Amino acid sequence: MPLIKDGRLAEDRWTPVADDEAIGADIDPIVSLERWQAEHETLSGRNRPIGLRLRSDQSPAAVAEEVERFDVIALEFPKFTDGRSYSHARLLRERYGFRGELRAVGKVLRDQFTFLLRCGFDSLEVADERLAEAFEEATSEISHVYQRATDPGAPIWARRHGPAALGSEAACTGS
Amino acid sequence: MYRYDEFDADFVAQRVAQFSGQVARRLSGELSEDEFKPLRLMNGLYLQLHAYMLRVAIPYGTLSATQMRRLAVIAREHDRGYGHFTTRQNIQFNWPKLAEVPAILDKLAEVEMHAIQTSGNCIRNVTADQFAGVAEDEIEDPRITAEIIRQWSSLHPEFTFLPRKFKIAVTGAPNDRAAVRFHDIGLQMLRDENGEVGFEVWVGGGQGRTPVIAERIRGFLPKRYLLSYLDAILRVYNMLGRRDNLYKARIKILVQQTGVEEFTRLVEEEWQQIKDRGFDLPEAERRRIEAYFAPPAYPAAETHPAALRAAEDSDPGFAQWLQASLAEHREPGYGIVTISLKPIGGAPGDATAEQMEAVADLAERYGLGEIRVSHEQNLVLPDVRLSDLHALYQGLLDAGLATANVGLVSDIIACPGLDYCNLANARSIPVAQRLGERFADLDRQHEIGPLKVKISGCINACGHHHVGDIGILGVDRKGEEFYQITLGGRPDEQAAIGKIIGPSFSYDEVTDAVDNIVETYLGLRQDGETFAEAYRRVGLDPFKEKLYAAH
Ligand code: SF4
Repeated sequence: MPLIKDGRLAEDRWTPVADDEAIGADIDPIVSLERWQAEHETLSGRNRPIGLRLRSDQSPAAVAEEVERFDVIALEFPKFTDGRSYSHARLLRERYGFRGELRAVGKVLRDQFTFLLRCGFDSLEVADERLAEAFEEATSEISHVYQRATDPGAPIWARRHGPAALGSEAACTGS
Repeated sequence: MYRYDEFDADFVAQRVAQFSGQVARRLSGELSEDEFKPLRLMNGLYLQLHAYMLRVAIPYGTLSATQMRRLAVIAREHDRGYGHFTTRQNIQFNWPKLAEVPAILDKLAEVEMHAIQTSGNCIRNVTADQFAGVAEDEIEDPRITAEIIRQWSSLHPEFTFLPRKFKIAVTGAPNDRAAVRFHDIGLQMLRDENGEVGFEVWVGGGQGRTPVIAERIRGFLPKRYLLSYLDAILRVYNMLGRRDNLYKARIKILVQQTGVEEFTRLVEEEWQQIKDRGFDLPEAERRRIEAYFAPPAYPAAETHPAALRAAEDSDPGFAQWLQASLAEHREPGYGIVTISLKPIGGAPGDATAEQMEAVADLAERYGLGEIRVSHEQNLVLPDVRLSDLHALYQGLLDAGLATANVGLVSDIIACPGLDYCNLANARSIPVAQRLGERFADLDRQHEIGPLKVKISGCINACGHHHVGDIGILGVDRKGEEFYQITLGGRPDEQAAIGKIIGPSFSYDEVTDAVDNIVETYLGLRQDGETFAEAYRRVGLDPFKEKLYAAH
């Protein structure tokens, strides 16, 4: 699947592996939560980077204590309208301090891009390469935001009153 | 009222451009109807039985005369000359062409209006007391809070794909005119023992097929924590609300299935993590928004104008209208006037372009240029000098807007029903029209007194039948329209869900059935009891006995 990272098509060095699929010695796998939990030891012993994939009904709280073990966490959007992974992304970034690549996978459409970035995703797996061309436009159509989220962008209310209104506390506790 | 600054204006302009792009992609075939659907729904555009329907937000029901005139222009140029005011204080246009929608949105944006989040599974247009800012019993103008929520919820990145639609209502007064106990979140303002103003937080109320009275999850939330607390509730709901079954996806089901104690614990726990971390509005911004709602400087006005008394004596129609339409204003010498959009035989909530313009003119001539939309589908002029009431009445008469039935039996809430809605089992508007004709005699209506009749065309309850003194629900019986009647519902601080009186009635029987219930009430009421008071004293049985006696 084409991958958009930093607004451009990017090479994907990660390999999603099914739960019953053997993991080749030279690949960097993305595994399910179930597999991670079952093969925790072996996977950690491989001495290669590892990625985790969470379904939208799996809370990242399950890995809250060990997020630094993963280089990438992929959150699923089984349907355009299933919005759970937006909250999960924010928890990973803002509460559990995950700094690796946060990837949106599944039904990832142009009209979600801005929301995804604002909740802390930094890579998007899309169905069609052409979506990479639309990225720039899709993420700049609306340049104002009314609320704090994971992204560092200042909400309208902060811009109205200047930097003092931002307060001392940054929204993203991961940084 | 609130005015856009350059940020608000630019935001709406960008959103219109974005949606226009989406419409263009749909018209060119780049987007299929399936792909377009969630996008149009985020901007208030529905596909109805016969055509598209565009729902325009009227935040917390407040409109300027200028905005009302613009709605008239849209009704005339893009619809069939009228608009429909809804129970969520919005307006719907039933016949716009898809290709014209961007132009309509441009016209709205010019007067600081939009259709953002009037549909879809997101935080919808926030509603508030229609008497906000002028009510005698008010602690604080709820529109300040509603405007803060409007801004915060606009394209919220985390809460745009919730399990289901999400409705928030705010009341600033102890007498709840905003039905906060029947919303996903209801905020009731109150003072704590130190005199600080905050909110009582109610969650999980709603109507629909499973009517539920909300649970109070917090007795007092200081104002400064409004947004972080809402974030906490919404986050818990977004993560845990059911997504497997459309009918179990509202937050009320989550609260019921989790149990209110556990749900409250989850919210409080989440809130502890995010409070005081920069998600709440800074005080300076709250004060900026507050300033827009500061009470105007009211020119002194006569508190007992002699001319008013004289007009009441000489014009019985006026006296009757006054009795129904006038509510007490906090400022001496002024009154709050409700304009009925329920003419006998008309469709509840409909107004023609000419009527909208007339209301705009009258609001400027006899008020301060502000208009409200009530959830009872009427309009309100909040600031009318008592000495101008008679002139206002005559202006309303000329516009066909002086029906003296506000709060009475023919002031009916009805959903669009089978005439427009593809989910309907039965017609709603024609039932309202027939009831209006049955009770056309205004003297009789005034004799009956306050009585709320509410009609829904199906179990989705858009006509709020669960909270009517008399609720009427359209059901399908072997392909035929039938109507189930409930009694004793209340939307206010004494929230109650109506009880089903018995077997349902056919389209031809339902008017007689309502008449029968009203007659029973008149026969048993004591010392000027209202219908609601009498019902509370005697319960369902006496009504039931009389109603089914003949069967
Ligand atoms: S109550 Fe039913 S018929 Fe009436 S508008 Fe709602 S969905 Fe349509």
